[in-house]
Amino acid sequence: MHLRTFRKGIHPPGNKEKTSSLPVEILPLPKQVVLPLSQHIGAPSEPLVSVGEQVMTGQKIAEAKGMVSVPLHASISGKVVAIEPRPHASGKLVPAIVIESDGTDQISPELASGYNLEQLSADQIKDLIRQAGLVGMGGAAFPTHVKYFPPKGKQIEYVILNGAECEPYLTCDHRLMVERTDEIILGLLAFMKAANAEKGMIGVEVNKPDAISALTKAVEGLPIEIIPLQVKYPQGEEKMLIYAATRRVVPAGALPIEAGVVVNNVATAAALGGYLKNGRPLYSRVITVTGNGIKHPKNVEVRLGTLVEDVINYSGGFDGTPGRIILGGPMTGPAQYRLDIPIMKGTSGILVQTRAEVEKLEYAPCVRCGKCVDACPYNLLPNYLGTFAEFDKLAEAEKYGILDCRECGSCTYICPSRRPLIQLIKNAKSKITASKKKTG
Amino acid sequence: MEAGSLNVIINAIGLLAFLGITFGIGLAVASRKLAVKSDPRIDEIEELLPGANCGGCGYPGCRGLAEAIVSGKVPVTACPVTKDHSPIAKVMGIEVTSSEERKIARVRCAGGNKEAVKRFIYLGVEDCSAAQNLAGGPKACAFGCLGLGNCAKVCPFGAITMSDNGLPVVDEEKCTGCGLCTKACPRGLITLWPAGKSVTVLCMNQNKGAEVRKVCKVGCIGCRLCEKQCPTGAITVENNLARINPELCIECGRCVEKCPMKTIKGEIKQEREVILKK
Repeated sequence: MHLRTFRKGIHPPGNKEKTSSLPVEILPLPKQVVLPLSQHIGAPSEPLVSVGEQVMTGQKIAEAKGMVSVPLHASISGKVVAIEPRPHASGKLVPAIVIESDGTDQISPELASGYNLEQLSADQIKDLIRQAGLVGMGGAAFPTHVKYFPPKGKQIEYVILNGAECEPYLTCDHRLMVERTDEIILGLLAFMKAANAEKGMIGVEVNKPDAISALTKAVEGLPIEIIPLQVKYPQGEEKMLIYAATRRVVPAGALPIEAGVVVNNVATAAALGGYLKNGRPLYSRVITVTGNGIKHPKNVEVRLGTLVEDVINYSGGFDGTPGRIILGGPMTGPAQYRLDIPIMKGTSGILVQTRAEVEKLEYAPCVRCGKCVDACPYNLLPNYLGTFAEFDKLAEAEKYGILDCRECGSCTYICPSRRPLIQLIKNAKSKITASKKKTG
Repeated sequence: MEAGSLNVIINAIGLLAFLGITFGIGLAVASRKLAVKSDPRIDEIEELLPGANCGGCGYPGCRGLAEAIVSGKVPVTACPVTKDHSPIAKVMGIEVTSSEERKIARVRCAGGNKEAVKRFIYLGVEDCSAAQNLAGGPKACAFGCLGLGNCAKVCPFGAITMSDNGLPVVDEEKCTGCGLCTKACPRGLITLWPAGKSVTVLCMNQNKGAEVRKVCKVGCIGCRLCEKQCPTGAITVENNLARINPELCIECGRCVEKCPMKTIKGEIKQEREVILKK
């Protein structure tokens, strides 16, 4: 069978065997959770509670501020002990609400016990999506409800769920598709109703045959298509998935709505499904803890705000000296230097590499082999972009479309000169956006 | 040889000579008639400028500055590199009474690899701003030198080298005070400082003393000992950081001796005893 995919891309080793067949475990309640007010792209939420207050699991503790923002819910019951800047995955200190557990995990009485999808209107669903605090759980953490308010004149035809999970090592979405198939389908049906879309699709890479068969069985008779995708990175990148599923091309700099499509992660759909089923907003998520530096790799469901340290201890601790700790996958995840940072809505995993796996690579000049050009799924010229960025030629870099780079990392992975193209490009991008802000 | 072929050669020589003379005269006339009159002073001033095209003045190269000086857009002292501006002033037919004091770059951080705490091992691009973008850089101090040498790379005079301790060292002889390094440093640690005055606070950390002690052995903790010691009131402590006003500083060296963190450094002048007696 000819599998659908996109042009270009790379084939990094998957490294998913360690955890792909392990059922999701539930992490014991943490003693303390740190919930940053800024877990999503957009304006930070505004706290509704004050220090010393008792909160219950699922209680709304921070309200959305503005359109591109979502509320935040307490992930355990207990006492608010601090609202102060705390370490965050970005490396900075970010205001956060710290809750100390009372160990009872009492569910807040203000939560409904569930919703019946058939009785809800599209607008009500959109409101529920927002009230559940949903953001893109694949890593970008973009507030989900915003996608369902398309600009005037645009109609959402398809809702695509992203189950590609193309990042090496990660298996949390895989396990969700196998174990929580019904919630994912319920979530997708709700998304489709909210968007008034005619069809839903779920794209899954074929290295997850059990997920594909479980989903195929569950969607019988529904207007949902399961699309097996070729195993290739970055298959789960929004535009690549849209192309593979619909053969539609989203223009550079445009949103998927231009192609009449909305893409959500399967984990986001599962979270919405769970909210409709039992009224629990987004206060926990499934993550993969893996890598050669972890004693017992696992898929675990953790409360948001649990510290990375607690999750690593639960997974048996480090195996040897850790070399690099990454939140998310190895291709796009940011490396961390401390363990007291919290798991957030967009954190999909913890990857620990050993000291031996991490080495300082001396990079050489570009040899013009063109491998990065063959790999770049955005049809950019990373060889030129990297060189322009290295020598501060920002105007040229912008002309060559540096701002269209989504930093998937394919070029850096493939480069035989070991050039740190993504870091160079990121640095140049931040300089360009900073100078644009300055000049207005 | 036949007569016919000889003719061909003579004709060719004749034609080329004719064309050469005609175009020569044409070009000679054109260069006189169509000449762009440029001020001879531009060339003269360009000769007097250092010729490094460093851009420290804000103009594209020395020629650009020479044109600006002649057109009167900038004063004759606009070149930050030239030490003696009087020859340029002479070309312009004016006199500079007192040439400004020479300034050199001074790196205001003493926290190298030995003194400052590192949060992680940085394996990325050897570029300070790239490191700064990565979780704020490897140094625990959010104000200190990142040590990847953007200033050394940008210096057109080769005046900045990176020490083994990972700090930039300014060669005071070579430094011309063009100021390119002050712009290259993403943390703004380099300031232009009067060349004669060597007593400087080598720290920019504005955090409270306890926090500074955690991240650096030689950071300013804002204890105000120097402020109290200074006989001329040249030192003020603002936002937990001591600052010296070079115009008031007499380099008596009391602050250098008293500083508990050894953050203030500088050569103490010989006349110190005399000044103190006064």
